[in-house]
Amino acid sequence: MTTLEMVRRRAELDAKANGYFLNPDSEFLENILEGLRVNEERFGYPACPCRIAVGSFELDRDIICPCDYRDPDVQDYGACYCCLYVDSATYEKGEIHPIPERRLPEKALKVFSSIEEEEKKSQLMAGVVEDARIGRILFYCRQCGYVVFREEPPYICPICRAKREMFSEIGPLLETGGT
Amino acid sequence: MTIKRVEGGRTDHKVFIYALSTCGWCKRTKDFLKEKNVAYEYMDVDQATREEKREVGEFLKERNVPLGFPVTVIDDETVISGYKPEALAEALGL
Repeated sequence: MTTLEMVRRRAELDAKANGYFLNPDSEFLENILEGLRVNEERFGYPACPCRIAVGSFELDRDIICPCDYRDPDVQDYGACYCCLYVDSATYEKGEIHPIPERRLPEKALKVFSSIEEEEKKSQLMAGVVEDARIGRILFYCRQCGYVVFREEPPYICPICRAKREMFSEIGPLLETGGT
Repeated sequence: MTIKRVEGGRTDHKVFIYALSTCGWCKRTKDFLKEKNVAYEYMDVDQATREEKREVGEFLKERNVPLGFPVTVIDDETVISGYKPEALAEALGL
């Protein structure tokens, strides 16, 4: 059984590790955490409470909290889509506002079609195609060597807590074999 | 049917919300209407049946509404996507 305390603790630890804060409005925060708890009980994983989940891990993967969109959303809007995670400026202001949806509408539309069909399709596509399309690249932390594969460098290094400026791109390292 | 009704003193507009039972912004929208004493109906789409979900999907697609929640429909005509208290107040003449 998932308890509200477990969900809260996990979110607190994740916020701390990534340099974020939890929603400063305690009532709103309570609602989000409860939504995550319900979804975890329902699906076996904490799907975003503000999005409609299909109930298939493969199709909901990108909206499992912390979702794939959290980092760019906090970067651009100061909060993630459901407003569980916010940056320090939003936290200090104590005011939250809804932000636009970054997830592609096709993904959400899958909830309204056949799960079996979509699951098969998504397995065929594999992760590679998706990664290439959204332009993920490798970054490394110049302070501790932590390597991450994503669109933008993280807010802070989750290992040594260096600022994002400490991250550099890792360019393609292609061996030409001397021909 | 997964449609629920919340009674209120103001019944001059027909208000329907497509919501998620787990979503904080949907709750804010419901609370806002309750606070303003507006009668409304809503469906928590995450708890709806497969058939109902399909209908909701078609409705949103037909109206070209971005697929997010909440979606508030006033008098079967005005569609407000997201939690927008000012837009709700204006559409309802509050």
